[in-house]
Amino acid sequence: MTAPRVFFNFNITPDSHTLSAYQSRGGYQALAKALKEMQPLDVENEVKASGLRGRGGAGFAAGVKWSFVNKKSPVIYLCCNADEGEPGTYKDRWIFEHSPHQLIEGMVLASYALHVRHAVIYIRGEFDLPWRRLLEALKEAKEAGYLGENILGSGYSCDIIPHQGGGAYVCGEESSLISSMEGFKGYPKNKPPFPAVKGLYDAPTVINNVETLANVPWIISNGAAAYAEMGTEKNKGTKIFGVSGHVVNPHLLELELGYPLKKVIYEDCGGILGGKALKAVIPGGSSSPILKASEIETLTLDIESVAAAGSMLGSGAIIVIAEGTCMVRLLQVLTRFYAHESCGQCTPCREGTSWMNKIVTRISQGKGRKGDIESLESITKGIMGNTVCALGDAAAMPVVNFVKKYRDEFEYFIEHGRSMNDGRLEI
Amino acid sequence: MSCLTDKFDQLASTYPPEMRSSLVLPLLHLMQKEKKHLSEGDAIFIANYLGVPAMQVKEALTWYTMLYRQPVGKHVIKICRTIACSLLGAERLINYLEAKLGIKAGETTADGLFTLIAVECLASCGTAPAMQINDTYHEQLTEAKIDQILKELS
Repeated sequence: MTAPRVFFNFNITPDSHTLSAYQSRGGYQALAKALKEMQPLDVENEVKASGLRGRGGAGFAAGVKWSFVNKKSPVIYLCCNADEGEPGTYKDRWIFEHSPHQLIEGMVLASYALHVRHAVIYIRGEFDLPWRRLLEALKEAKEAGYLGENILGSGYSCDIIPHQGGGAYVCGEESSLISSMEGFKGYPKNKPPFPAVKGLYDAPTVINNVETLANVPWIISNGAAAYAEMGTEKNKGTKIFGVSGHVVNPHLLELELGYPLKKVIYEDCGGILGGKALKAVIPGGSSSPILKASEIETLTLDIESVAAAGSMLGSGAIIVIAEGTCMVRLLQVLTRFYAHESCGQCTPCREGTSWMNKIVTRISQGKGRKGDIESLESITKGIMGNTVCALGDAAAMPVVNFVKKYRDEFEYFIEHGRSMNDGRLEI
Repeated sequence: MSCLTDKFDQLASTYPPEMRSSLVLPLLHLMQKEKKHLSEGDAIFIANYLGVPAMQVKEALTWYTMLYRQPVGKHVIKICRTIACSLLGAERLINYLEAKLGIKAGETTADGLFTLIAVECLASCGTAPAMQINDTYHEQLTEAKIDQILKELS
């Protein structure tokens, strides 16, 4: 069976990312069609009807988000969130490297729907090839009249400004992204007001993930109904999943939402390294709660199913962990990450992430103390729900779930001063 | 500085005037490309150029991890230590690099050729373990591959 594809529908060659290659695949026909035949509201309604939900992690309905914007506002911004930083996630990179025009076309369509004159792409500062491919593609698109003044003679004008981040995980959080985009350190802001009401430079701002926006041309070309035929009842379309960790063949897959997770691991990715048993899966990026092997038996990859199993589909970053891995040391890798990336604004997160990391590090060095597990549990309670942005909860969640599901490993490490699994991370 | 100001002007022309304050980070990046590392004076120079408070740029300079406030080597090696890379040997490779270069992560070799930094997720999880040297990504690393890469740079 050949599954329908929005992204992985062409062979990658040395020039498959170029404008001419994109045009030969039908690129920019959706834009031409929309500018000629559709009003901005028609584009918004089509996206709304498709059921497309945000692909960055939160899963909010894209068209509904667009509908919150007051289209009569004198200035409206669109920000493409390309600050791909959730550990395990590497899908947006692919879009920049191999289909940058698909994103540009999606952004011009979204900008047209939203009455946006200047759209922004906030891209990870570290990205090299994605950045160069984006700059090339923007130049090509502008020269071809798909960007800039009077696009395709329609009278509609739109520019896209590429903007590099500075290496901060938190800037993937939308209000932090706005602070950073405005030229400040990336402190998140309290919501409400939401960006759709008051965002970049206080103007209504829509912030969508790269993959979300890159779906739009397909929806306009093929229609909302065709898009809504893919996926599950509540979670439409396809999604790019990135598998990493202890599998034989880690790679990106574009799958219809609702695809079985076990099939991804054992068939598409060739099973576990060294023929080991599966120990656990982190299904949606490092902030999503870890699931034990027994919890993924019948799990399908859509927002509702993963939530029912007690985790999150998130960004679609599936991290696979083999039997024999030391969960104490693995958690230490995560607590170190969140302690490093906490922005410093809210006390519970700034102090709590460092404190949790200190305790988990101590345990993983064989110096754990009686009461450490209880301290960790109490710190997570102090963080969750008490911070401006979701990074606090994201940092606490792995600790809560690792300690809950692998408590014996933590107790063993504290009691014996050594790992139950020889401290292994590599298999 | 006039040559630098020309470059500033060129970059500034790509943003609409109402977004002038957005240029803080792009100008810091641009200046770092020219000078390798940045000082408080550089932040003040950018603040004056943009007409924004000096503190705003100084805060940005000290907050973003990609901006260096200390001299770095000719080649800055950023090796990922986050989850996917950890599961495939990040720690082993960091130890290998430290031994090979004779420095600890965070330090620069005496000849000024290499700076080694252990960084968080580079979004190379499907091609882990990964590192970045200056701009270039190097993925699916092994000890032999590291030897080869460093040999070409030395």
